Amino acid sequence: MSDAQRAVEAVARESYGRLVAFLSARTRDVAGAEDALGDALLSALTTWPRDGVPEKPEAWLLTAARHRLVDAARKARVREEHASTVRLVLAEAGDMQPPGDFPDERLKLLFVCAHPALDPAVHTPLMLQTVLGIDAARIAQAFLVSPATMGQRLVRAKRRIRETGISFEPPSEHELPGRLGAVMEAIYAAFGIGWDEAAGAESRGRDLADEAIWLARVLRELRPDDPEIRGLLALMLHCEARRPARRDDAGRYVPLSEQDPARWSLPLLLEAERELSAAAALVRPGRFQLQAAIQSVHADRRLTGRTDWAAIADFYAALLALAPTLGARIGHAAAVAECGQPRAGERDGAAAPERDSPTAAERDGPTAALSLLDDLDVAAVRNHQPWWALRGHLLERLGRHAEAAEALDRAIGLAEDDAVRQFLLARRARLPLADG
Amino acid sequence: MLIHEPSTAVASRGQGPQHPYVAAWRAYHTALVEAGVYVGGAPLKLNDTATTVRLEQGQRRVQDGPFVEAKEQLGGFLIVELADLDAALQWAARCPAASYGTVEVRRVDEDTHETISRT
Repeated sequence: MSDAQRAVEAVARESYGRLVAFLSARTRDVAGAEDALGDALLSALTTWPRDGVPEKPEAWLLTAARHRLVDAARKARVREEHASTVRLVLAEAGDMQPPGDFPDERLKLLFVCAHPALDPAVHTPLMLQTVLGIDAARIAQAFLVSPATMGQRLVRAKRRIRETGISFEPPSEHELPGRLGAVMEAIYAAFGIGWDEAAGAESRGRDLADEAIWLARVLRELRPDDPEIRGLLALMLHCEARRPARRDDAGRYVPLSEQDPARWSLPLLLEAERELSAAAALVRPGRFQLQAAIQSVHADRRLTGRTDWAAIADFYAALLALAPTLGARIGHAAAVAECGQPRAGERDGAAAPERDSPTAAERDGPTAALSLLDDLDVAAVRNHQPWWALRGHLLERLGRHAEAAEALDRAIGLAEDDAVRQFLLARRARLPLADG
Repeated sequence: MLIHEPSTAVASRGQGPQHPYVAAWRAYHTALVEAGVYVGGAPLKLNDTATTVRLEQGQRRVQDGPFVEAKEQLGGFLIVELADLDAALQWAARCPAASYGTVEVRRVDEDTHETISRT
């Protein structure tokens, strides 16, 4: 790859969202802005190797993209379409001076992508494409849908933005919390997907988890006084910090409680803690802050050598009051299972003599946790792998081995990540069952 | 779902129910049945046991060996009933073969099936 090509890629990577946001904030036509920017990038690929990389590559792209928009608008005027677009773009065309510092409109674009008039399922893909410039095929991979389907969904969403004239003005103060919530949901969804997807793979460059963290940093820059944004960022940083510890050297899955804290990334962990305390100082708790706090308790094991499960259970209880999601309810049950148990022992007792009957104290936690799991809606958990995995784990600890085997089998059958599947298979195989 | 597997994977089938290959498939099968989406399916013997038959100008041609040689072979198939392609892809990703081979998802051609199976 030539220097010029690399330069085009670098600008595209850093500025794509800023440019699309700036262009579409005026025309309210995201698809049009993307097309124009795409054309501009294409012509950069032919021009820059010949004439050299311009001094202000971003301004060059913006000017080129605007020219395309004007051309497109003129053609559209002939067809008597998009009258408003033409007016806006032509008005703008007057001040064509290369804008060294054009305003950052990405927040507006984020709000548009997560607009209530759009299907929530398309919020995250739209954000990934318009703000980060990730192509539809790559997004389809992450969402496990066919590339053609994802392409259609994105096109349809962008048509809807234009046709319903979704406003690029930031939401009013009273609708702000909800709208910002949708933006954060979409970012967190991108992180979760990137997290699952990258689980097994070795480093594959920037993946969706990195992109999500990057978006949250942008959001924090734009709204530094929002504690939930900082909470979201802290939550993702904490999880990201553990990435190197999630697999052992042989690529096997390592559950959080067995991870070696020395393998956690200290810089990410410290950044997470800074964000969380900055959020706490604003004294407006919320669900992302609570989730980050849970991760922060886990991270404390690095210093204390133990996990304060009672604190985790409390945070989960607070979280359930705000957002009783399936994941939170399962996390709560897992924490409750650990609280009712003496601190030391068991863990290093893998090779301990057979003990089919746990003591009463050891039963309390798992029994309570099991009944929490049983309270969940059957339809919601029937095909939910973590529910079955935790259930199997609890039944094993209660000495109910045959039932544990059944639950673990379901978890194995529902696992997508092969490392997790192998981990569960090993667990299943070590159960002392009569039928061998 | 058409299950394409490398022959090395197929070779671990006979290792008994405790072997991860067999245990993973058994668990996946159970998950499909319990979810109420399983219609049918079967694993196929290794393709070097295949025999192909065709008629060329009325002449029978019988050959030992598979129809096509490839790095991965058709190791089996599953028929599942799901609402849409998205749901089918979710289940395909959970299939053990998705981790060590390839799972091909195709829709049943219902119209043709209807036409040719009408009695």
